[in-house]
Amino acid sequence: MNLVIVDYKAGNVQSVQFALERLGVQATLSADAETIKAADKVIFPGVGQAASAMAQLKARNLDKLLPTLGQPFFGVCLGMQLLCQHSEEGDTDLLNIIPLPVKHFETDLKVPHMGWNQLERLQSPLFDGLQEQDFVYYVHSYYVPLSEYTIAQTAYPDPFSAALQYKNFYAAQFHPEKSGAAGSQILKNFLAI
Amino acid sequence: MLTKRIIPCLDIKNGRTVKGVQFENIRDAGDPVELAKWYAQQGADELVFLDITATNEGRKTFAELVRDIARHIDIPFTVGGGIGSVADVEVLLQNGADKVSINSSAIKNPELVSELATHFGSQCVTVAIDTKYTEETGWKVYTRAGTVETAHKTMDWAKQVVALGAGEILLTSMNNDGTKAGFALDITGEVANAISVPVIASGGAGSMEHFKDSFQKANADAALAASLFHFRELGIPDLKQYLKQQGIAVRI
Repeated sequence: MNLVIVDYKAGNVQSVQFALERLGVQATLSADAETIKAADKVIFPGVGQAASAMAQLKARNLDKLLPTLGQPFFGVCLGMQLLCQHSEEGDTDLLNIIPLPVKHFETDLKVPHMGWNQLERLQSPLFDGLQEQDFVYYVHSYYVPLSEYTIAQTAYPDPFSAALQYKNFYAAQFHPEKSGAAGSQILKNFLAI
Repeated sequence: MLTKRIIPCLDIKNGRTVKGVQFENIRDAGDPVELAKWYAQQGADELVFLDITATNEGRKTFAELVRDIARHIDIPFTVGGGIGSVADVEVLLQNGADKVSINSSAIKNPELVSELATHFGSQCVTVAIDTKYTEETGWKVYTRAGTVETAHKTMDWAKQVVALGAGEILLTSMNNDGTKAGFALDITGEVANAISVPVIASGGAGSMEHFKDSFQKANADAALAASLFHFRELGIPDLKQYLKQQGIAVRI
């Protein structure tokens, strides 16, 4: 399988690549349009700040390319948020692939939402082999509200979108590459889609 | 529900774990990767690696080690020790670290905290605060491995670094560190209740009750220990079972 991780200097690409390596899969890191277009599957990681990540994407013309992709695509953490319409983080226009907003947590609880929390209402082959209430690792201050595209949710304290699917675009707010056995299973499931 | 985190801390010198770690079932307990894998299997929620190497050569070794750790473990980890610039952090994050912890360099140059938050996001910036209480001064911040008293009151400094963009505070009480008499519940609680980001309690863990107290009485989000785990005085599976029985949300 030709698997490409989008490398745009705003991602934890190394951790994702290592997680795939542990599954026995070699992934190519690339920001090149032709390489990404030719991939069987694309993984789109991201950490950091929405506006600077968008700037990095634009600098590489990836903001034009990514919405046109038709192969199975997996956005992780900030990579999930970037697929949406608009983020409250820096009042940033995003890739606008999934018609959803990204909001800041307004809660008395600690922000960032950091640590292991549970998945609920699993509704996708992405979660084959997982159980309700399985733990995954989160670090984020912004979230996507529940929507018709939500395929799993987590509560902090109110439920938000733990994962999304819109056409060929899958996305997870948590870090499957840092979520132990549950996370590995999710990556494995994505590779099998 | 978001769970409380249990975090073993490993001191690294020249790419090896220090403190005579005692594990029968680990081939090489001086090998941080072996030890990290073992802790991950035991149910540690996160790991912290502190580089106590003083030389530049050692620093290079540490970056390579970070890469090796990231390659082999599937839980998050924080690295700290001697980080003084955006470039230092870039190397560590690119090699697969999830967060960095800065201490003395934040005291020397508080702007570093906001630079790091801007470059990499608050979520990967942990500020470590070494604090000590005396009758005269109250809780003050210490720097340079706890040897030099600063002008900062602990609570003020914690608020300041959060305002600058710290995403987490690792609060170590020097009064409690090494005593095994429990965490400093007073200052940990004060800080945890006053700031908006997670607080890791550190220093003084000696029993399961101490962890319970750090969570229930001091409202810490995570608790860190080193020798207690390394010398197998307390197993993480037992600790987590106990905490669960006490009604504390933990990942089992």
